[in-house]
Amino acid sequence: MQDNRTKLNAPTRRQVVGGIGLGTAATLLGMPLVARAQVEPIRIGFPTPLTGPFGAEARDQVKSAELAVKQFNDAGGLGGRKAELLVRDDKLNAGEAATRTLELIEKDKVHAVVGALSSAVQLAVNEVTRARGMIYISISQSDTINEVKDWSRFTFHEALNPHMTTAAVAKHTFKKGAKVAYLVADYAYGHEMLRGFKRAQAAVGAESVGEILHPFGAPDYSTFLPRINAMKPDILCICNFGRDQANSIKQAAEFGMKQQMKIVVPVILHNQRLAVGAEVFDGVVGGANYYWGLEETIPSAKAFNDAFRAANGGAVPTDYGAYGYTGVKSLLQAITAAGGTETDKVIAALEALKYDVAKGPQSYRKCDHQSIQSVLVLESKKKADMKNAVDLFRVAAVEQSGEAMLRTCAELGFSG
Amino acid sequence: MDVQLIAMQLLSGAVLGAVLVMTALGFTIIFGMLGVVNFAHGALFMIGAYAGVAVAMQTGSFWWALLVAPLAVGALGLLIERFLIRPLYNRPADDPILLTFGLGYVLVEVVRIVFGNDGIPFSTPAALVGVVNLGIGYFPIYRLFVIAVVALILALLWLGLEKTRFGLIVRAGARDPQIMRVLGVDMRRLWFLVFGVGIGLTALGGVLAAPMRNVNPEMGALVLAEAFVVTVIGGLGSIVGAVVAGILVGLVVSLTSLVAPEMATISMFALMALVLLIRPQGLFGRAGA
Repeated sequence: MQDNRTKLNAPTRRQVVGGIGLGTAATLLGMPLVARAQVEPIRIGFPTPLTGPFGAEARDQVKSAELAVKQFNDAGGLGGRKAELLVRDDKLNAGEAATRTLELIEKDKVHAVVGALSSAVQLAVNEVTRARGMIYISISQSDTINEVKDWSRFTFHEALNPHMTTAAVAKHTFKKGAKVAYLVADYAYGHEMLRGFKRAQAAVGAESVGEILHPFGAPDYSTFLPRINAMKPDILCICNFGRDQANSIKQAAEFGMKQQMKIVVPVILHNQRLAVGAEVFDGVVGGANYYWGLEETIPSAKAFNDAFRAANGGAVPTDYGAYGYTGVKSLLQAITAAGGTETDKVIAALEALKYDVAKGPQSYRKCDHQSIQSVLVLESKKKADMKNAVDLFRVAAVEQSGEAMLRTCAELGFSG
Repeated sequence: MDVQLIAMQLLSGAVLGAVLVMTALGFTIIFGMLGVVNFAHGALFMIGAYAGVAVAMQTGSFWWALLVAPLAVGALGLLIERFLIRPLYNRPADDPILLTFGLGYVLVEVVRIVFGNDGIPFSTPAALVGVVNLGIGYFPIYRLFVIAVVALILALLWLGLEKTRFGLIVRAGARDPQIMRVLGVDMRRLWFLVFGVGIGLTALGGVLAAPMRNVNPEMGALVLAEAFVVTVIGGLGSIVGAVVAGILVGLVVSLTSLVAPEMATISMFALMALVLLIRPQGLFGRAGA
């Protein structure tokens, strides 16, 4: 449009002004790249499900990621080169996420992508980034993304995976000879969690008394609970997520099952616990990547919490929110180490990176780019024991960072 | 598989069915009388639960919530009929469908904005917490209470429909609105009230479900589908059909959970398909209606 106008022989004043306006807008949008190459910002694409059931988690992710970017810029960026976060709503939909990611790469010319909050959605993002040789740091739980079929050298996984969380939770809750029943959401993530728990169960020497698969998204679990009760387990492992977890725990409590057995979940969520209430969650044990209460023992957690509180009116960061921080922060540290955004150099820098930004030491394993990190085992507190509104959990154990918690490279299909 | 377990499954299924009946009743009455397929029905179920939470927070009492929330949401239903549905009565049947479909989205978004995305805690009333040994196993007291409330509402509805003048008009109006108009009955006023009652019923379902399920903005999504399934199985517009089909669906889902738990949700759709094949008008529907 701009071209057509400037070719006119006798432009009116209005056309000239309009043309200048458009030209300026185009400059701001970063069209004449050559002229701005010196100060071109580091652009990080950030697809996350702002709308939909995980909206609260997604907003926490954005806040934390923005904090990481702000700290980077406040510290002078990369020799004056600032970073920019381009947040896109993936609507918790794989197709939408793929489209937004493609736009981020092709139109917005991002240098790397961090984000997604669903095992299916992150695989869709990974498809796109992998095909275009774009670095992607996934911050959503998945086992498959580490496996050779879906992985690429551009793929990094900052989040925990079901294998790690179930191993840590089982280690601290299962005992030799204990009877374990499983209630499992019938989809990929549910099955991954079940597989992880059963492996840990075999290692500990506990015994499975039954597995019940439930349809994904079921609102009522009362029809599954009598059968679980009849199995008389010591431990009930509920392998589902989000709303399903909230509903199933609420109803298990309603059926008086918490008095009969210990309820254990692979991942316990800050926001879910708030939404459901203390009485229902009281005593439930689950894994987590982050809990703000770590600040009592870990200096980087204290620093992260304080910065987050200052930026967000005193609110504390949540588990999935923290992924936004650790993911973006590790990327920016690697870019700093690499001295620029050149993909191969950043990949090498990420592989070599040792980072401790919120939860103690972390690093990306060479073969599958899984972030080796600690897994927290949290127990939900009674209302009477809570010191304040966000004093939700007791840190029952911190399973230290280490490769022993991961499946071996060979098991994932990597030869070397 | 022992008898006790099957008895527990049947009881669980009956509770499931009771909640289904509350939502399906409103859905089928509104369809039968007004000819409107109310796609906002699930959203209004959710609004009922949130209204219950709001009233319970204000008054500190579940009992007030149980009483006030359905009335308040029923009043909202009256407003919706008066200002949104009524202008569409002489328009093609698609228009009210589009309107209620959109309204459902609007309501969900409004709740997300006001109460947040994640849902909100709602405890079982203190008097009904706990389980009771029924001889077949332990069953939550609250769920027995739900069956009792639904039975009471059904009895009141039956009395209202069978023993009052208003009920007579409703029954006649459902059968032949044109004759009723010729006889000088103001059908618009009737539709207005019926819509309000239908919405009040689904809101009551929402309040009853709130202590059992997590109260969140999407809790009505599956409810709409379930109400639809129950209505189709029972026969469009049939009140008896909605009650029988609601309980039936609850039992089928529950027994499926026992033998093939992962098929629990799909089983109700299979039942619907079966009924459509054998008796397309539904169990209690009139052929050609």
